[in-house]
Amino acid sequence: MSAEPVLEIKNLNVDYGLGDQAVRAVRDVSLTLHRGEVLGLAGESGSGKSTLAYGLTRLLPPPGVITGGEVIYHPEKGDAYDVLGLSDKGLRDFRWAETAIVFQGAMNSLNPVHKISTQLTDVLAAHEPKMSAHSRTARAREMLKLVGISADRMDAYPHQLSGGMRQRVMIGMALILQPQVVIMDEPTTALDVVMQRQILGQLIELRERLGFSVIFITHDLSLLVEFSNRIAIMYGGRIVEEAQAATLYKDSLHPYSAGLLGSFPALRGPRRELTGIPGSPPDLKGMPSGCSFHPRCPKAFDPCADTIPILGHPETPDGSVRTVACWLHPASASLKEPVS
Amino acid sequence: MKYLLQRIAFYLFTAWAAITLNFFIPRMIPGDPVKSLLSRFQGQMSSQAIDSLYVLFGLDKNASIWEQYFDYWKQLFHGDLGLSFTAFPSPVSEVIGSALPWTLALVGITTVISFFLGTGLGVLAGWRRGSWVDGLLPATTFLSSVPYFWLGLLAIFLLAGPNSIFPSGGGYTPGLIPAWDQYFIPSAIQHSLLPALTILISSVSGWILSMRNMMVTVAAEDYITVAHAKGLSEKRVALSYAARNALLPNVSGFALSLGFIVGGTLLVEIVFSYPGLGFLLFRAVTAKDYPLMQGIFLVITISVLVANLIADIAYLLLDPRTRKEG
Repeated sequence: MSAEPVLEIKNLNVDYGLGDQAVRAVRDVSLTLHRGEVLGLAGESGSGKSTLAYGLTRLLPPPGVITGGEVIYHPEKGDAYDVLGLSDKGLRDFRWAETAIVFQGAMNSLNPVHKISTQLTDVLAAHEPKMSAHSRTARAREMLKLVGISADRMDAYPHQLSGGMRQRVMIGMALILQPQVVIMDEPTTALDVVMQRQILGQLIELRERLGFSVIFITHDLSLLVEFSNRIAIMYGGRIVEEAQAATLYKDSLHPYSAGLLGSFPALRGPRRELTGIPGSPPDLKGMPSGCSFHPRCPKAFDPCADTIPILGHPETPDGSVRTVACWLHPASASLKEPVS
Repeated sequence: MKYLLQRIAFYLFTAWAAITLNFFIPRMIPGDPVKSLLSRFQGQMSSQAIDSLYVLFGLDKNASIWEQYFDYWKQLFHGDLGLSFTAFPSPVSEVIGSALPWTLALVGITTVISFFLGTGLGVLAGWRRGSWVDGLLPATTFLSSVPYFWLGLLAIFLLAGPNSIFPSGGGYTPGLIPAWDQYFIPSAIQHSLLPALTILISSVSGWILSMRNMMVTVAAEDYITVAHAKGLSEKRVALSYAARNALLPNVSGFALSLGFIVGGTLLVEIVFSYPGLGFLLFRAVTAKDYPLMQGIFLVITISVLVANLIADIAYLLLDPRTRKEG
């Protein structure tokens, strides 16, 4: 895997609402997606993972506002640019052609009144106006075949397809312009477990063939451990730990990651007791002081309640980069001003 | 197709029920049309004439109610709705036939304009919330809460007068002969302006409001976000994705309102003495002209049913989810 970045998120902040009433959903998040990698983003509901995805494509529904940061995109050819600084026209061209999204709601992502073919080809019509109608249809058929749907479903309406088929159509649609980055926002949440594996397996296979990068957002850490190269854990709008998938699974440093990993059973290996994380996700309106996880943390001690730990870089045996924001690993963390 | 046939069968049944009621209800009212006609002639009729009137109205005592019922149907299929009292001896079908085009033209055209104008503004208001169109809403809502006839009276009071271009009533300048010529047509249009305006003002806000609200609801759907994420143009997202879905309830509302064109604007026609069906119904009611009332009710019933059928067909065409597979 090359270490060349394709998408760099730098200090991204996203608020819902303005002024004092604003809810800070994503705080100071920095992440780098490398070419060809699958980056997993995990966290409980309300941890800001979807907001992050919407934020970096500027699709935030009102009253969401990006209050700071940069999203640097490195196209295959040409210079890198900041997505947040694009004009409306530039943004329209960037969307889907460079970064496509597979959304959470597989069932509602397709327009109920248009045929599948119409919805596949209108992307092509918008981005490649010179393409002939005939070759557009041919391309749409090709994409359906790629995701394992027979081409005679082209004229079907969304309600005539099952949930799994619809999500596959969405994946085919996401890949139709051969984007560099595909963001998967809980793509399989609405599907049953069998269908989940089938679709994810297919996606990974397609990724190997077509070479795009994936940001895979889910609350299901077990899926990430299996399907992603690197995992970032979000809590209360911040990234609390980031590491190679295997490293994180075997040796998580942040107590929250450990809690998440302890909440699902492993299929192999010794039997262990399942433990949940006590308490509930923090209210984004009234964040706890210091480390936002400290009220629920079994290992909380003195500095946790007062000071926010920043991301540090602990040593790893294999030399890969990993970060964690926790006072348990003070060697890696440096002090930050107390936040009132 | 099977679905459509089912609907048609249902509407035929409804039509039968409505026509049957239309036959029985006047016969359950105490007194009969001949007696009320007699009182109009103040008894100056021979008993022979009275008897023949009874036969004429299908009320001859010898026939049983069932025979009358079948005769009524037989007449209906011949387009014979009986004779009007007020326009005696003109047949009802002729009286209705002369009033129907007026209503169809006035209310029909304004309903269509109102629907397209209101829906268009609703799309704008719903898509760009907080724009000037949104500012229009309270005003139009206020105007729609004002009753038709009061708005009409106000319009006559404020705009019509001896020196105004708006006549205060009637369908055309008295003395002109209804014909498709350069004298009659401009006069008819001039007379229809004020009633059309009042109908438009009071009905357009309903379309704006319902379309705007549907647009707002649809704009929150996932497929709209997907359409944005696909990098489609704003226009395509607004029209082909948002408006196309938001339109569905409005279209059925529109088809239903087509049914009410015929009888729904009674008050406007009364206020403006407009020679349409509503005004005719008003006169029929005040004159106890039962055959005419029956005939008008029949026309209204059938037009509502036809409009319902149109709504069903429109829905089939617009929403693929209502089409049954097979």
